[in-house]
Amino acid sequence: MNLYAESVEGVLLVRVDEERLDAAIAIRFKDRMREVTAQPATRVVLDMSQVEFLDSSGLGAVVAVMKALAPRRKLELAGLTPNVAKVFHLTRMDSVFRIHADISDVTEEGIRNAG
Amino acid sequence: MLADRAARPAARQAGAPDRPEARIFHHSFAADALSVRAALRAALARFMRQMTRDEAGTLELVLAEVLNNIVEHGYGDNGHGTITLSMVRDRRGLSCSVSDDGVELPADCLLHADTVQDLRPQPDHLPEGGFGWFLIRDLAEDLGYHRSNGRNLLAFRLPLKPLES
Repeated sequence: MNLYAESVEGVLLVRVDEERLDAAIAIRFKDRMREVTAQPATRVVLDMSQVEFLDSSGLGAVVAVMKALAPRRKLELAGLTPNVAKVFHLTRMDSVFRIHADISDVTEEGIRNAG
Repeated sequence: MLADRAARPAARQAGAPDRPEARIFHHSFAADALSVRAALRAALARFMRQMTRDEAGTLELVLAEVLNNIVEHGYGDNGHGTITLSMVRDRRGLSCSVSDDGVELPADCLLHADTVQDLRPQPDHLPEGGFGWFLIRDLAEDLGYHRSNGRNLLAFRLPLKPLES
């Protein structure tokens, strides 16, 4: 499970460096997210631009991470590829996440706010 | 196409004008998450050139939900089992059948989507599961199930853009 986290302007950016977020990896994803989000940050943004495939187990894991961060911290998503966006849309779970088209939207926003 | 021809000189010489072997996929594999991944990769590779990217994404999602349900619920704690996946490409889409020797499929999995609308996981409840069969019913057609001699057979169709030719 390859996850890379960096803190930019107080926002924790976590990149999922996996092609698939599926049943085979969902539990490890949750465990690793618990580790990387141990550092303080009120906003956590998951960069999913490398993920080409998400199934319902992967979706459930993303929701579980969101619930583990609540209520003090929010999980946002960025860079959903078409197949991944489709799963969020079909399940209507796109209505419960703030979704950014690209991770750069988040970092630019952070820099603007800081400036 | 050129690479494929080069790799299969025997099939070319044997004739087979429309290469029927490319329209059928049949594979048995162990019921575990990593074997499911490998089977999905093989199934997608077989039909990739006959589908759009969007269709391929839908196919992979439906198959993943069906197969992982068998791994998690069909065989469950039992641990070991085999899944057989067969697919045939026809002019209108893909006919798929999946068989396994796990427990019986609960009847409500097969109810028509409209009947179980109320059971659909509600986004504001932040559900972590229960999406699988809704995705299958949303995306697959002609879902059918038969059980005999302890063996489950699930069949469904995935509509695809008609083949050229």
